[in-house]
Amino acid sequence: MTPILEYRDLSKVFFKGNQQIYALAHVQAEVRDGELLAIVGPSGCGKSTLLNLSAGLMVPGTGEVLYRGRPLTDVNTQVSYVTQKDNLLPWRTVEDNIALPLELGDRARLPKDERRARVTRYIELVGLGGFEKHYPSELSGGMRKRAQLARSLVYEPEVLLMDEPFGALDAQLKLVLQAQLLRMWEGTGRTLVFVTHDLVEAIALADRVIVMSSRPGRIRAVEHIELPRPRDVFTVRFAPGFGDYFERLWSALRETIDHGQGV
Amino acid sequence: MTSVETRPVVDEVFLVDPSIKARRRQTVIVIISRLVLVVVGLLGWELASDRLVSAFWISSPSEIWSALLRFATNGQLLPAVWVTLAETAVGFVAGAVAGILVGVIFGVSPLIARILDPFLVALNSIPRVALIPLFILWFGIGFQTKILFAATLVFFPVFLNTFSGARDVDRDLIDVIRVMGASRVDAVRRVLIPSALVWVFAGLRMSIPFALIGAVIAEMFTSNEGLGYLIAVTANQYDTAGSFASLFVTTALGLLLTWGVSQSERRVLRWRA
Ligand SMILES: Nc1ncnc2c1ncn2[C@@H]1O[C@H](COP(=O)(O)OP(=O)(O)OP(=O)(O)O)[C@@H](O)[C@H]1O
Ligand SMILES: [Mg+2]
Repeated sequence: MTPILEYRDLSKVFFKGNQQIYALAHVQAEVRDGELLAIVGPSGCGKSTLLNLSAGLMVPGTGEVLYRGRPLTDVNTQVSYVTQKDNLLPWRTVEDNIALPLELGDRARLPKDERRARVTRYIELVGLGGFEKHYPSELSGGMRKRAQLARSLVYEPEVLLMDEPFGALDAQLKLVLQAQLLRMWEGTGRTLVFVTHDLVEAIALADRVIVMSSRPGRIRAVEHIELPRPRDVFTVRFAPGFGDYFERLWSALRETIDHGQGV
Repeated sequence: MTSVETRPVVDEVFLVDPSIKARRRQTVIVIISRLVLVVVGLLGWELASDRLVSAFWISSPSEIWSALLRFATNGQLLPAVWVTLAETAVGFVAGAVAGILVGVIFGVSPLIARILDPFLVALNSIPRVALIPLFILWFGIGFQTKILFAATLVFFPVFLNTFSGARDVDRDLIDVIRVMGASRVDAVRRVLIPSALVWVFAGLRMSIPFALIGAVIAEMFTSNEGLGYLIAVTANQYDTAGSFASLFVTTALGLLLTWGVSQSERRVLRWRA
């Protein structure tokens, strides 16, 4: 079966004045149809760059990104992308932000009632009921993330790209949102690529975890997580086997960090 | 042992919140101070008139008031206000629409912006008043000349602001909506224009007085109707009180129009906390 996303010998260099920043080097990897893939790696190793390339918002320096076997040449509209930065439209209320993807392209032809029903359902799913009429500036950081989550799920795209969606949240809220995410994803058959700094989060959520080295990002380790689903994020960290995964991935990650120190 | 707080929230917290109280107090101070300034100014003027300076030059508030009443009762004032208001409004809308349109086109297409930039800089540096004789030549001394002149004054501030706003748009927001499957038109309509609106309104607020100035100046040139004509005619007859009276009405009109734009700005940009 062809992987849904495939990175072939991908490299990316940025130019900052005369300075060259090697963000990715020879990345060779694939994302399988229907899996939840977590990508971990030290800050600045090119994780966001990899997602930008997957969304077709950047062109690779060398190599190519294939989507369902075809090289990406333009913006990839088959994916939805929760970027690292907040990017709700500040002039739209929560419900209008979440309705945005349903106003575009073919989806605009959906009956109005159907669109409204979907928006309402996802607002409830992420727990934003009661805040429909609020503007993003009137929400807390965690609420803005939930709204973005709802906006990326509401149009039910094939692939979800998420860049540290819960990165800046406190530990409790993070667990709650992880549980919500799993509930919404498990059983849908959709593909989810999840970037994070947090190894525990990666193992708790993912089918596979990829560890990237510090800049320039390369793939250092790939680990299949064979914990049973559906998973309970509150207890999975005490499941047998979790510790082994953690140790193996941690040693791979630490190597890249120790290694990166000299650069 | 610590007990858990179970008292309900204070509903009238805004009545006791010191920061809100302080803001209210400040508002009162501002209003009272303004009133005092107006009263002192008018009183000083009244007293100075014919004591320090001859009333021929500076008239006096009471004379201006009677001139105002005279204009109002002899049927000069209302038609003049009406004509000037109509010219200002139409000129403003025409100039603003053109400015927003060109600003958005420039913002969307850097190529067009680069090609046309020197021409717009050149147009903007024409002393606008010098165009009035030409406009009169082309369109006569009617409505058209006046709205056209007002529009030329409104166009540039609105255009420049819209262009800045369009360039200032967050590229990430455009990227996000493109990934969702937005066409170029969608991106302009749903991201670029709403995002530029903050700047557009700054331009509109700035240029509404220009629209009024434009209408009044054109009226002074064409000399047939409106507040500008009233100002010119009274000044020519050495009727200082009449001149001041028409000036005050014009100023009031300007304040009213600015207030109207600010009000619609507040409605449209409600999302800005
Ligand atoms: N547009 C750009 N121009 C110049 N340099 C860039 C650009 N985008 C990214 N970089 C550089 O490329 C490197 C990788 O950036 P990237 O954002 O992909 O890292 P990251 O792994 O997502 O980091 P973090 O975990 O902190 O988000 C960084 O060193 C960054 O400075
Ligand atoms: Mg990043």
